[in-house]
Amino acid sequence: MEETILVLDKIKKSFDGVSVLNGIDLEAKRGEFITLLGSSGCGKTTTLRIIAGLESPDSGRVLLSGADVTDTEPNHRNVNTVFQNYALFPHMNVETNIAYSLKLKKKKAPEIKKTVAEALALVQLEGYGKRMPSELSGGQRQRVAIARAVVNEPEVLLLDEPLGALDLKLRRQMQLELKRLQQTLGITFIYITHDQEEALNMSDRIAVMRGGVFEQLGSPAEIYELPRTAYVASFVGSANILTGRCAGGGDTVAVDFPGGTGSALRRDWQGREGDSVTLAVRSENVQLLSSDDSRGIPAAVTETRFAGGMLRISSKLEDGTEVVISRYGIGTDLVSGDAIRIDWAAENAVIVLPDSEVAHE
Amino acid sequence: MNNSMTTAKRRNRALALCAAPLYVFTLLFVLGPLIYMVILSFLTRAEVWGVVNEFTFKNYADLLQPVYLKTFGESLKLALLTTAIDMVLGYAFGYFMARRPPEKRRLLLLLVMVPFWTSSLMRLYGWVIIFRANGTLDTVLMGLHITKEPLKLLYTYPAVVVGMIYALLPFMILSVYTSVEKMDWSLVEAARDLGASPAKAFLTVTLKLTLPGLLTGVILTFIPSIGLFFVADILGGNKVVLVGNVIQEQLMKVHNWPFAAAMAVVLMAMTSLMIFLYRKITHVSELEGMV
Repeated sequence: MEETILVLDKIKKSFDGVSVLNGIDLEAKRGEFITLLGSSGCGKTTTLRIIAGLESPDSGRVLLSGADVTDTEPNHRNVNTVFQNYALFPHMNVETNIAYSLKLKKKKAPEIKKTVAEALALVQLEGYGKRMPSELSGGQRQRVAIARAVVNEPEVLLLDEPLGALDLKLRRQMQLELKRLQQTLGITFIYITHDQEEALNMSDRIAVMRGGVFEQLGSPAEIYELPRTAYVASFVGSANILTGRCAGGGDTVAVDFPGGTGSALRRDWQGREGDSVTLAVRSENVQLLSSDDSRGIPAAVTETRFAGGMLRISSKLEDGTEVVISRYGIGTDLVSGDAIRIDWAAENAVIVLPDSEVAHE
Repeated sequence: MNNSMTTAKRRNRALALCAAPLYVFTLLFVLGPLIYMVILSFLTRAEVWGVVNEFTFKNYADLLQPVYLKTFGESLKLALLTTAIDMVLGYAFGYFMARRPPEKRRLLLLLVMVPFWTSSLMRLYGWVIIFRANGTLDTVLMGLHITKEPLKLLYTYPAVVVGMIYALLPFMILSVYTSVEKMDWSLVEAARDLGASPAKAFLTVTLKLTLPGLLTGVILTFIPSIGLFFVADILGGNKVVLVGNVIQEQLMKVHNWPFAAAMAVVLMAMTSLMIFLYRKITHVSELEGMV
């Protein structure tokens, strides 16, 4: 488990003078499931293509099992890709698609037949060997693409939003299957998605990408519980981002907001009294208080709505910051314009780097 | 329900009526002359002018003379050679063109089309200027000290081959271009990712998927190339004689219409047979609709 398979070392890449990757560093262990999470244009697909060898970096190195493959052609890298559109060869049937890499390796016919049959069984598509890709559903094509990529026994399997084109129910099912597959095969997966739930469900580690850098690389729990930056907190946990001023304190930092004070655990924050502090607080951790309460910060309700089994109350602080509060339940007496106060427990607030302090070039 | 069905039926009938003039036109001006030609080929030549309505196989028997068989062979050879060279050149150029960025693609497409705006006869006379002794080609080659004396290329077989290739190349380029442009290049990346070298990926994926375009190009090049007589006329003088030239001569100079008709019928049958065989070999029906 601890053997390092893939290393990305200060990868930089730009297209037509526009920089896409600004120094990507990553070490992936054997059998690890790493997700690159980010919205479109953050550079995740480019990162994947550089690992596959379909794109070469402007600077930096790619190491596979310790060997520098930065300038190695894609066909000489022991890495395979499941493409976003699956890229199944339309003129070959399922079997021939899966056997493609084996034939290139000049394997014997009986061996190819056996490997293909195993791969079909692995993705639960026995009996589909003679079908053409055009005769398959989206989910089936996706499985064929996976089977075709894994028969080659790659050291790293790259998956570019493989579930992007599937409906929600099938996505959930395929998430489980992919995870099972990854554990069975013990191959390192580098998985791309813009769906934070998918990332949290499947990954050993998540790299949240933005503007060509990893804003944070860590386990799903770390990313979710202790986001490093305001962007990570809002992208992954849909957290509220509030900026105030440090009013002192030791392990618990007091933070002044217009009309009230909040608090947060200091953790490894180095700031002092008077410094600006940015906090991430998830909506379910925000407490709703009546306007005559002495605790918390004053706010005004702007909207209430019922979504996904939760009541979501949007409010505005005096400085205009929007704060969303989630509650279980369906009813509320609150209407737009009502004065409330909000508060949270110090351990539920994480001090994050504001956008202005995150380097994106 | 019933009412709407009759409306649909009526609309269909109206559409059929609209298309009727086309059918009539095709029957009159395409099928009609063809049938007339076949009939003509079995009639007897009149002593002075025209034909007599006397059934005979003589015209076809005459075709078996070695001189005519040789002409057929020569025409077929030239057509195959032209098509083969156009295949290579046209594929390379069509492929290259389809891989340029869109704005350059449009420019290249324009350049391929421009020659069609002038008469093909005029363009062939251009080749005469290039090929004739001390013409453009000789001036350049001798100026560069590559050759010492005029090559005397005009009125030779190579000149005819070049003319044929030139005249038919755009058809090949355009049909290849159309299918290469539709290529999904992520398939080539997938092939490379799965271990294929650039050449192997090209052969197993790109070429296979653009084959319909190449096959269309082959048909569009081969059919005209077997009948083009004016290229051989202008660039070959009387040294290169093709079926097309003989037909023209029999029709216009010798006035042996039935023999010219018999020759045209055989030429047509030969071309159809070649295309039939070709489609059989390449399984073109299997590929249709794939790309």
